[in-house]
Amino acid sequence: MLKTRIIPCLDVADGRVVKGVNFVDLVDAGDPVEAARAYDAAGADEICFLDIHATHENRGTMYDLVTRTAEQCFVPLTVGGGVRSHRDVRDLLLAGADKVSFNSAAVADPDVVSDAADRFGSQCIVVAIDAKTVAPGEWQIFTHGGRKPTGIDAVEFARIVAAKGAGEILLTSMDRDGTRAGFNIPLTRAIADAVSIPVIASGGVGTLDHLVEGVTEGHASAVLAASIFHFGTFTIAEAKAHMAAAGIPMRLA
Amino acid sequence: MRVTLVDYDSGNLHSAEKAFQLMGRDLGAEVVVTSDPAVVLAADRIVLPGDGAFPACRAALDAVSGMAEALDEAVIRRGTPFLGICVGMQMLATTGHEYRRTAGLDWIGGEVVAIEAPDLKVPHMGWNDLVIDRPHPLLDGIATGDHAYFVHGWQFRVADPAHLLAHVDYGGPVTAVVGRDNIAGTQFHPEKSQAVGLRLIANFLNWKP
Repeated sequence: MLKTRIIPCLDVADGRVVKGVNFVDLVDAGDPVEAARAYDAAGADEICFLDIHATHENRGTMYDLVTRTAEQCFVPLTVGGGVRSHRDVRDLLLAGADKVSFNSAAVADPDVVSDAADRFGSQCIVVAIDAKTVAPGEWQIFTHGGRKPTGIDAVEFARIVAAKGAGEILLTSMDRDGTRAGFNIPLTRAIADAVSIPVIASGGVGTLDHLVEGVTEGHASAVLAASIFHFGTFTIAEAKAHMAAAGIPMRLA
Repeated sequence: MRVTLVDYDSGNLHSAEKAFQLMGRDLGAEVVVTSDPAVVLAADRIVLPGDGAFPACRAALDAVSGMAEALDEAVIRRGTPFLGICVGMQMLATTGHEYRRTAGLDWIGGEVVAIEAPDLKVPHMGWNDLVIDRPHPLLDGIATGDHAYFVHGWQFRVADPAHLLAHVDYGGPVTAVVGRDNIAGTQFHPEKSQAVGLRLIANFLNWKP
């Protein structure tokens, strides 16, 4: 049986982990490669790097990080942030990423998704959707870190990118991100039920029950979290044991 | 020992290269990523990775001048141990049906067909537990219940059940490992399957078919 995945996400800026990772004694808590290794050893099902500045100048730093991570971690690695074209996808795949995530570029032109999926296969193309509640049961896409409204309906957009060949959707609730109040369940469920590709729930995890809800009520195939793991509030193993106890199929160590 | 990873411009070779280097270190294995048919011919072990759509991978393989002939000579005539990964495994089949009918290498009879799972998400993406169908040196130390990482929307239905070494359950049985003689393939990514995957890679390097 396929297992539900737990994905720790590392926000990276200029080659360093933003806020650091404090759950184990790392020699350098700000080094993304060390943090990724620690999560690999802890039993993470995948690892996600998000390049939060993603300026053209620091791309080389990101490629180097991805390369060094792929040399040491034998677990799938998704990389996002500043991915604009199939050329960026190719460069990241060659560096060692397994999946590459589009965000603003897919909103500006959903054809970048089909262009990349045709070349490299749907299995490595993720579309990150940042959505905000605009009315009950209605969510819109926002870009630029949640600051810029687009007027695009999030559920409709999810259907479009799935049809364009995206292999997975990384769905972040901008209302919940950073609040520790739990995933936006109605949003997660609306999108997971609207598409036939896997959806990763993101944004708002504060407790282990939130992870459970993302799957049982939100219908997500995977759950992504950052701070609860980075600050050592919970370990990956604790999260997995809790989800398994709730009846969710998990890969336990 | 020289291990060759065939580079035909398809997907992530870096991770596979590093995983084979790591497991080959104690064996003194030299891992070479190459698109040179002569290097493939001289190899002691051949690995064919592959990501993306079946027709695109097949076309890319054929686009490397002399590669199909070199693989045929090395694997079929000389019996060099061979491992296909993901679409590199699917291409062992007689025919692929993704997008359009495409001829495979036809080294292991069968068809590559869509995963039929109406109530399940496709691609089949993530960790699934293996069911070992028949013992094989490649699966030494790997047991039913061990997890491997999959990401694919199509699967290899082998014609002869004797060639099915392991499967997983996803809306029905989905082929995970195939093999006959000196030829084997995994639908999952051993280079992304942590300890289980590294074990399979070590087994492949030690395999004497």
